Amino acid sequence: MSDASATRGTRDVRDRMSLHDALEPLHSARGEGDVVISTMGAAREWMAMGAHPLDLIFVPSAMGHATSVGLGLALAQPDRRVIVCNGDGSMLMNLGSLVTITAAAPTNLVILVCDNGVYEVTGAQPTPGAADARADGAGVDFAAIARACGFASVHRFADAASWSRAVAQVLAAPGPTFVTLDVATVAGIPGPRSPGPAGERAKSFMAALEGSPRAR
Amino acid sequence: MFAGEQVASLLEELGVTHVVTVPDSTIGGWYAALERSPSVRVVRVCREGEAWEVAAGLHLGGATPIVMIQCTGLFESGDALRNALHDWRLPIFSIIGYRSYLNQDAIPGDTCLVFTEPVLDAWRIPYRLITAPHQLGAIREHYEACRAAGTAGAALIAEGKA
Repeated sequence: MSDASATRGTRDVRDRMSLHDALEPLHSARGEGDVVISTMGAAREWMAMGAHPLDLIFVPSAMGHATSVGLGLALAQPDRRVIVCNGDGSMLMNLGSLVTITAAAPTNLVILVCDNGVYEVTGAQPTPGAADARADGAGVDFAAIARACGFASVHRFADAASWSRAVAQVLAAPGPTFVTLDVATVAGIPGPRSPGPAGERAKSFMAALEGSPRAR
Repeated sequence: MFAGEQVASLLEELGVTHVVTVPDSTIGGWYAALERSPSVRVVRVCREGEAWEVAAGLHLGGATPIVMIQCTGLFESGDALRNALHDWRLPIFSIIGYRSYLNQDAIPGDTCLVFTEPVLDAWRIPYRLITAPHQLGAIREHYEACRAAGTAGAALIAEGKA
């Protein structure tokens, strides 16, 4: 289901897909030349699925800025797909980046928001966008925000099976693309651990880009 | 201080590919010339913190970006520039407008004069203060020195208004 009309979710977050189940279809569909940037809880799960030379594990990060790094990479590498695995808390910290992205309009950028309604790595406190934290009891609809910002392709998936069936088509469509995945809240999980000195990883990543095919 | 054509020509000669920017009244006056440049792309961001991380992505992708913002935006940028310049060790150069340096007619007692240079020092960004039109070459020299050393750096451009 690519249900862009499933707005302002109030569904119990415990019934949602796991973060692992949200990222696994992307892991399977990712092209060999695709860059994948991950941050916060998504980085932890992505690292657990294995390493790829074109993975940019954005840990340590600047708060909310994975989308901005993704935009820069997409502009510098226009013949290569760049996929950002973001969280809803991170997205809220840099909502303006959605406007920046659509102004620059890179057709090769995909923003994925795993929306669990909480700041997971700090102990699962609700974000201001979570249904539980809002007076009207309705969560912020990131897909609607993305659509209003002018994203070319906008999707929202509430279950892993629908996302898994659609992922290849979603990635293949001209972007910029925005995908919200309704993900379960899990408390007590540690944040991602940096896989090594970031400065060294930057050099390795740039070298990997040099030697990698660019075809989307 | 400088005409937009001067700045655009300088950036072209230096091989800059992208200017990631939020305008002030000085920097904004350069945009038209920058956008006419065949080799420099202007990337407009909504807030200055974004600029450092967009530039980080551009650099990682093999481009040669600079950040162009006012000092007020430098104050806003802390976490992002810390991450890009010091965690990831990316040698991103910046051109930063120094509000009220030349006069304080618009904002008497402007605290930008108190904090701008200490903040650059605190973030360990080597900067060159540019206070007169004949110093365009000093920007080039500082940029080239930073490139050769593989470090970040900034040209701090004295301004007279907000």
